[in-house]
Amino acid sequence: MAPILEMQGIAKTFGPVRALRGVSLTVHPGEVHALMGENGAGKSTLMKILSGAYVPDPGGEVRVNGQPMPFGNPKTSKDFGIAVIYQELSLAPNLTVAENVFLGNERASRGVVDRRAMREETEPLLRQLGVSFSPSTLVAGLSLGERQLVEIARALSTNARIIVMDEPTTSLSSRETEKLFEVIARMKADGIAVIYISHRMEEIYRLSDRCSVLRDGSYVGTLDRADLSAAKLVAMMVGRDLSSFYKKDHVPHDAPRDVVMTVEGMGDGRLVTDCSFQVHRGEVLGIAGLVGSGRTELARLIYGADAKASGRVTMLGQDVTPKSPREALDAGIVYLTEDRKGLGLFLDMSISDNVSMCVLERDAKAGMRDFGRAADRAARSLKGLAIKAPNAAITVGALSGGNQQKVLLARLLELEPKVIILDEPTRGVDVGAKSEIYRLIDDLAKRGMAVVMISSELPEIVGVADRVLVMREGRIAGEVRAPVEQEAIMALSVGPVAA
Amino acid sequence: MGGNAERVRTLIRAAGMLPVLILLAIGFELLTGRFLSVNNLSIVTQQASINIVLAAGMTFVILTGGIDLSVGSILATAAMGAVIASLWPGMGWLGVPIGLLIGLAFGIVNGLMVAYLGLPPFIVTLGALTAVRGVARLLGEDTTVFNADLPFAVIGNGTVFGIPILAIIALAVILASWFILRRTVLGTWIYAVGGNQEAARLTGIKVSLVLLFVYSMSGLMAGLGGVMSAARLYAANGLQLGQAYELDAIAAVILGGTSFVGGVGSIWGTLIGGLIIAVLSNGLILTGVSDIWQFIIKGLVIIAAVALDRYRLSGGART
Repeated sequence: MAPILEMQGIAKTFGPVRALRGVSLTVHPGEVHALMGENGAGKSTLMKILSGAYVPDPGGEVRVNGQPMPFGNPKTSKDFGIAVIYQELSLAPNLTVAENVFLGNERASRGVVDRRAMREETEPLLRQLGVSFSPSTLVAGLSLGERQLVEIARALSTNARIIVMDEPTTSLSSRETEKLFEVIARMKADGIAVIYISHRMEEIYRLSDRCSVLRDGSYVGTLDRADLSAAKLVAMMVGRDLSSFYKKDHVPHDAPRDVVMTVEGMGDGRLVTDCSFQVHRGEVLGIAGLVGSGRTELARLIYGADAKASGRVTMLGQDVTPKSPREALDAGIVYLTEDRKGLGLFLDMSISDNVSMCVLERDAKAGMRDFGRAADRAARSLKGLAIKAPNAAITVGALSGGNQQKVLLARLLELEPKVIILDEPTRGVDVGAKSEIYRLIDDLAKRGMAVVMISSELPEIVGVADRVLVMREGRIAGEVRAPVEQEAIMALSVGPVAA
Repeated sequence: MGGNAERVRTLIRAAGMLPVLILLAIGFELLTGRFLSVNNLSIVTQQASINIVLAAGMTFVILTGGIDLSVGSILATAAMGAVIASLWPGMGWLGVPIGLLIGLAFGIVNGLMVAYLGLPPFIVTLGALTAVRGVARLLGEDTTVFNADLPFAVIGNGTVFGIPILAIIALAVILASWFILRRTVLGTWIYAVGGNQEAARLTGIKVSLVLLFVYSMSGLMAGLGGVMSAARLYAANGLQLGQAYELDAIAAVILGGTSFVGGVGSIWGTLIGGLIIAVLSNGLILTGVSDIWQFIIKGLVIIAAVALDRYRLSGGART
């Protein structure tokens, strides 16, 4: 079959930075082509060249159905049948589905918007996607997954033949993810080529016909479906063999006298009900469960971030039940949020300020900042956590995702906590930083800290945790003890299957 | 903060409007030939001082992502209180602390409503703008109060080594604000709350206390502005004094490069912003431009200056 898309010798430099060097990519109609690579490997740049947002350096060529495509004009790219669905959705929530589908492309007669025509044209698109909402539904009332489907409908409305999806499942529930996969299968059957960018191995296995890997702006290679393996892909992405990707050197304690924190009957009257568990020193306790099963909510209750309806927290036998994050910190409990930009970091402030933020008062003399001590803490963190930054005075907003996560971790570690609750600690973090974070978790456990790790990635939780609690519908559905296996966790997550 | 690169960055940001200030001064000198005289510069600093004091308080509030629309009304009330108290036989100096306390009290009320009742700052201070104006008129039974023998008139009209005391007060306020913002834990918290309020709460920062502080500070500065104004005029009028002062204060802060959404900005920028506004007002009067055109030109210059600043910053940002 003739390829629908051929990209050849694409290079792009931003000032001194070479974002892409001679990358080539061939995609066939009806193919799901996965694109993988660490953050900063050049995936987004490549796709922005495809969508007309960037002009590549001279010498490269893009052909669609054999026709050379001019660069640097989003409208041209659209006319060539290319549509990109970005991570940050670009819908207007206060408009209807139909209005969003035709946003910027409104059907009109004599200058008046023809809402009826737009509704009627949207109808078959939605049917094609097999969705349950109607063209006149307000987007504000849709879930994230449904909104993504609206984006896809918009792409289809322009007769796109090549659809790029950039990490489409990041914020979707598992049911929504399933729905999306069905839609992708349908598009595939219609001969549409899908370029699928993701960090999640499971999705790559499940969806892709072929998988291409970029590293440091260069094309590394393409694997056929039959040759896919996690080890191969990881090795291609990081350029080295990661035999010990997950590290588990610590020896977990589990005697009753090693219990550090006890949570009893925790609930908020809505999303979390009657959760009780214990965590020991030097132990990594995993909390698994589907998105929406109440894991983050439980963590926030323990940390005192939200109001509890019931429940107690005991540290080393003492009732400390925190009513605010401040009380939790005083009791030695810290929490790493899953939303580091929205709820964790101060992006306009320096690394140094961010690292010291929890211990400012402790370091201060008569309310005055001790900048020397802040600098020491920052320097220690940069070194200890291998944070890649020229110095501690630069703002955190300028760092990559992995380094930002390390800054946030550093802030918590400066408190020398007894219990550290990590909520999706490797979300949006590239492979290299991931393995460093795993090593750090192992190290914390070795030093006697009790680590509670919430994660949606089963391989990660199996690789890192000593023991796993599985949550379902706001309750702790069960516990999986060593040897922790994915199947047992999955079975508890989804609950008893009706025969 | 801390670290040289950050200091340089802050300096560049703050200095962003300095060229505009210098160009304006040179321009007015070329047009009038008397703008840069010692006498006129002394008048400019005097005129700038009250707005700079208000703008300093406003800087604290805007750094947390809030706004204080009530400072003009609070200034009027504080000035009324100060002049009325100055008429008390033998205890006239009490007018100064009374003016300050009136400002602080209204600031605390604003702060309590924002910090502990969770009401939007715009609404709270918009209400206060109207209500406190009423209080100002009530205090003097809607007349102008005079005191030809104002015991603290030296504040408004005295000089030290030729420098107006009003200007010295304004500079002292700027220095104290710099100290709080850049040298204390509270200052770092103010930036943190403005940068990301929910993250600040999860970090264990006492967000409510920080908010209470900034509105109290803004109120106190409005009180100080009221005392300065009373001292300069020997009088106060609850209806007219301080009308639209909040707008000049906000303009000074924004001209100074402080972000309207909070978290980014500096007190030095506010100083320069306040001076630009004073230079514009004074220079336009000297050139003999009509009152009506002064308004139009002032407004356009503020917008143009900020637009220029945003353009310059976005040019330097990473792609």
